[in-house]
Amino acid sequence: MSGEVVKSLVIPAHPHPVLCPEKNEGWQRVRDAFDNARKQIEESEADLIIIYSTLWPSVIGHQIQADPNPEWVMVDADFHDLGSIHYSLRIDSEFANAWNDANISRGLESRTVAYDGFPIDVGSVVALKLLNPDNRIPAVICSTNVYSNRAETTILAKSCMDVIKSQGRKAVAVSVMSLSNRMFTEDIKPEEDRIHSLKDDEWNRKILEFLSEGRLEDVSQLSRTIHDQIRVKKVVAFKPMWWLSAMNDNRNDLTGSILAYEPIHGAGAAVVVLDPESNGTGDKEYDEDDVEYYGGDRNVLESGSKANIPNPENTGPELHDPVEGKNTVNSQKAPKPVGAYPHARREGDLIYLSGVGPRQPVDNSIPGGPIKDVNGNPLDYDIRAQTRAVVDNISRILEEAGSSLENVIDVTSFLVDMDRDFSGYNEVWAETLGKVGPTRTTLAIRALPTPIAVEMKVIAKA
Amino acid sequence: MAKGEIVAGCLAPHPPHLVYAENPEQNEPASEGGWEQLRWGYERLRKSLEGVDYDVIVILSPHWQTYIGTHFIGIEKCSSKSVDPVFPNLFRFNYDLEIDVELAKAIHDKAEENGMAVKMMNNPDFRVDYGTLVSCHMVRPEWDKPIVSISSNRSLSYYSVEVMQEMMLELGRSTAKAIEDSGKRCLLIASNSLSHRHFVTETNPPEDMSKEHITSHAMHLWDMRMIELMKEGKSQQIIDEMPEFCEQAIAETDGGAFTWLLSALGVPKEPAILHGYGTIIGTGNAIVEWPVRNWSA
Repeated sequence: MSGEVVKSLVIPAHPHPVLCPEKNEGWQRVRDAFDNARKQIEESEADLIIIYSTLWPSVIGHQIQADPNPEWVMVDADFHDLGSIHYSLRIDSEFANAWNDANISRGLESRTVAYDGFPIDVGSVVALKLLNPDNRIPAVICSTNVYSNRAETTILAKSCMDVIKSQGRKAVAVSVMSLSNRMFTEDIKPEEDRIHSLKDDEWNRKILEFLSEGRLEDVSQLSRTIHDQIRVKKVVAFKPMWWLSAMNDNRNDLTGSILAYEPIHGAGAAVVVLDPESNGTGDKEYDEDDVEYYGGDRNVLESGSKANIPNPENTGPELHDPVEGKNTVNSQKAPKPVGAYPHARREGDLIYLSGVGPRQPVDNSIPGGPIKDVNGNPLDYDIRAQTRAVVDNISRILEEAGSSLENVIDVTSFLVDMDRDFSGYNEVWAETLGKVGPTRTTLAIRALPTPIAVEMKVIAKA
Repeated sequence: MAKGEIVAGCLAPHPPHLVYAENPEQNEPASEGGWEQLRWGYERLRKSLEGVDYDVIVILSPHWQTYIGTHFIGIEKCSSKSVDPVFPNLFRFNYDLEIDVELAKAIHDKAEENGMAVKMMNNPDFRVDYGTLVSCHMVRPEWDKPIVSISSNRSLSYYSVEVMQEMMLELGRSTAKAIEDSGKRCLLIASNSLSHRHFVTETNPPEDMSKEHITSHAMHLWDMRMIELMKEGKSQQIIDEMPEFCEQAIAETDGGAFTWLLSALGVPKEPAILHGYGTIIGTGNAIVEWPVRNWSA
């Protein structure tokens, strides 16, 4: 599979470009910029629009909209006098559920929502009304957790990318946000609109200068500073840049273009398009820790929660650095072996992988949870999450070898509990390797060296 | 025309868990119960208000958040479904309520006269916020009284707790004067929790009370301090300590409802009645009544 983000957007959240662009020249320019961005999306190969909206705050982790066709009438809490927006959206439920599973696999608290009458936030409604008015492209909407930090927000993006890649999707990533978000606190006439202060305007222009140069990761790393300088302390901070940058592999050499920058009731409203093509400049200096799996303080309610499950790195055999040798292939992005062997070996046109499990490379954690605790007591675990993590690890090793999942030709799978797990394992297989079509043999075995439920042995073309 | 009056003021928190746990016919999800300490507190409040004659409920909810002044619903009949965007699994509530637009407009006009930024909300598609619905339902589940719904102006976000309090003190005074001029008997509700740090995970089922507790000792200490001040009738001290309370307990009083209530009641020195205290997903919630009708003039 070769899913990817084909375009990234920063767009404003206010309803004016939908409801009354004609009332102010600047609002009309924002509307025109939306139309321009819509055309760019239509001309791309995009088959999915992913919205990260700062106007949908959540408390219980992140929430992902999974109702295939949410319909209602949206009225803005402040700008209700501008009118109503009727919406009927096309949501990619399958992707939403897969993203939710991937979040959980990476340690995030996450859930989908699919309820009649759920109030889709104004930012998401504006985005989809203007960027995808005929619902030609299915969409996904994700909330912003009010407590989430950078690590959590980054992992949210990485789990999203896991699904984009496994499904081979061509996605447009959209951050719905103001730049400076200070509005006038009294009604103003449309013709009186301006950025609330010179300071806000200067910061906005600096952000846009960076984005026009494709320096998304630089903006991401300045998020806390930007928030301190030009953001009113509303429900959520300047988090969308963390998410958007992680959706772009934390790059600083994208190709950026500013389609509009105008005030909307004092706030900084910009329409920005970032293309993945390198602008030819050097890439970033990445100076914040990268993260792959969330192990934060989220599970504070339950004494038996995931956070308190003994780390399986302490319960299994000793880990080894992969053996280096002639034709060996080893990846920093794959879990360490439990013996003296390489991750893979290339012979002729074929690549032979050692057995691959779901353990994560950074902290040895097991997505979906280990099958038993340090005392050997059985634990509940998620076979789908484990299987998905196995496929991800296989993908990383093959990519290291210059190959990909699409070149897999034969797989032998090992399950420690065939009765319990075959169905879930089979389901994930169908979503991932099943689409590639390798031959497969599935065996029930008594145990694996670490507390995991599934392992795969793979042969692929180089 | 006789002067209007406030019969009581209530601190009536709005977590949707309380309606969810009551299983009223208007709410779609079903529960096994839960949060009984608070629901019994609401029972005691309802008992206390039994037989009290009043015309209107006037409520300020932090979940209708406005950044451009204070807004008032100006539609006489509001019917729709409210789905909580944060806890949609718990609260999908079908409502059909009446707004006292005349009183709403009177408070609006009085506040405007006193220099505040205000606006009437006249869009018929507007959905009433879930904070208003939860608090009103728990106080008066019969839904037989019209309400005045006031938004929470997030002035704290733009300025400071001090500025927020100045504005809410003025709104409270304007509310009291408009009520007096209206000739109506009103019940006032500040719809907010006290300390407001949530857990970010949810038990299965959500009503598993073995996992419910305050998020930290510091939050508990703040909640108890505020409750003691209410019980001692030290409203001015509550207002004085509000900046520290909002900051250190991440208190939901930052939305201004509590300050508005104390102001409308004339910053009372009379003791309040604590009907109940409990936590909901870690936040501190108190059900408190200021029985103004019983105070001698």
